[in-house]
Amino acid sequence: MKPHNFDYYRPDTIDEALSLLAEGGDEVQVIAGGQSLMAMLNLRVVMTDALIDISRLAALSYCREIDGCLEVGAAVTQAELLHHPGLAEIQPLLAKALPNVGHFQTRNRGTVCGSLAHADPSSELPLCLALLEGEVVLRSATGERRLRAAEFQTGMMETARRPDELIVAARFPVALPGAGYSFAEVTRRHGDFAIVGLAGMAHNGHIRLGVGGVADGPAVREWRLKPDQCDDVLNAFAWDMEGVDDIHATAQYRRQIVRRLGRKVLEEAGHAQTR
Amino acid sequence: MLKLGKAGRHEVKFTLNGRPVSGWASARMLLSDFLRQELGETGTHVGCEHGVCGACTVRVENRAVRSCLYLAVQADGLNIQTVEGLAGDDGELNALQRAFRKHHALQCGYCTPGILMSLTDLFDRTPNPDRAQIEDVVGGHICRCTGYAGIMAAALEVAGQPQQ
Ligand code: FES
Ligand code: FES
Repeated sequence: MKPHNFDYYRPDTIDEALSLLAEGGDEVQVIAGGQSLMAMLNLRVVMTDALIDISRLAALSYCREIDGCLEVGAAVTQAELLHHPGLAEIQPLLAKALPNVGHFQTRNRGTVCGSLAHADPSSELPLCLALLEGEVVLRSATGERRLRAAEFQTGMMETARRPDELIVAARFPVALPGAGYSFAEVTRRHGDFAIVGLAGMAHNGHIRLGVGGVADGPAVREWRLKPDQCDDVLNAFAWDMEGVDDIHATAQYRRQIVRRLGRKVLEEAGHAQTR
Repeated sequence: MLKLGKAGRHEVKFTLNGRPVSGWASARMLLSDFLRQELGETGTHVGCEHGVCGACTVRVENRAVRSCLYLAVQADGLNIQTVEGLAGDDGELNALQRAFRKHHALQCGYCTPGILMSLTDLFDRTPNPDRAQIEDVVGGHICRCTGYAGIMAAALEVAGQPQQ
């Protein structure tokens, strides 16, 4: 199908984008890579009065390390982050998760922040941000605020972004010294939406597991246990998320993935520790 | 700032396969439709129109992307490459296209232009990709005819990798 009619704005500066958002409010949509939004416009699941295209804003096309975080500007594509020099050392979880985000062709266009904005419960980047306890940087004509991942993603495809705010960057904490990270997911076909995605971290006698695709958004738990002692807590975690049956998998199957693959992911994170 | 209204059509100019081209598009017109309907370049195919099948894949600024998830007005001023740009001026197929013919990597050919553009992107950036890298790229396409074996064989040959 084809999108319905909208105005198209391509601001040259962040401030121009912010004033468009201040005027437009609910009636306008920001587009960066558009790898989710364009599909939804084509299917007319989303209708909008205007699109504000930030994909060419050079001021949002950067990755930098700041305050112990890798800050990724809103125009940075998933492919650009995947090929960021030294990513596997800076934050191994991103290096492991990004090849699972969509396909080669959609990573070439889809942005990191766009995936966070879309807030699909099964998508990989919101899961990574939640596991790492990263932040989203939001700016409006009146100021800037930073929200922690758990504050930002409020539900299934719902975020705390106000209509006048632009996501300008995401901040992924860099790897903790000695920590191990791992990622795995179950999909029908590599690159499709994950049925369940799992991100693990092991550090200083603690293990942490993030799960996407079961609850309304990423769920994260941490325990002071060894990976081979976690069967009971994983079982409890799997039930607590209250997953439901859908066309892709039953709730029971999802619980089983959390128990089995969850343990494997935590073991891998344990092995990946360097001290 | 560029402001294009929902009413009316806007001039879009870009470089297509090395030549400057121009046409008129409403703000909502997809790049895939602009290529096919406005420019008459029907080598780019349209399957699903929501980013899943890969038939519409073209290169924008050398990156393989879905032209059904790209607005024509977003392509203004950029460098676009489509399947029409692969063969030489004399119509001679390039090495990848010849390998596709040799290995029966196409039957109906509907998926083929998109797959060729994705693989062209891969080979440009990764001269000798391994099987896993090729699978990652081909995995972004749906082919209902070939079962993918011929496509893999053709790509592996061009990559200089063993067929098995
Ligand atoms: S037509 Fe664009 S991906 Fe299917
Ligand atoms: S050759 Fe027919 S769909 Fe691929």
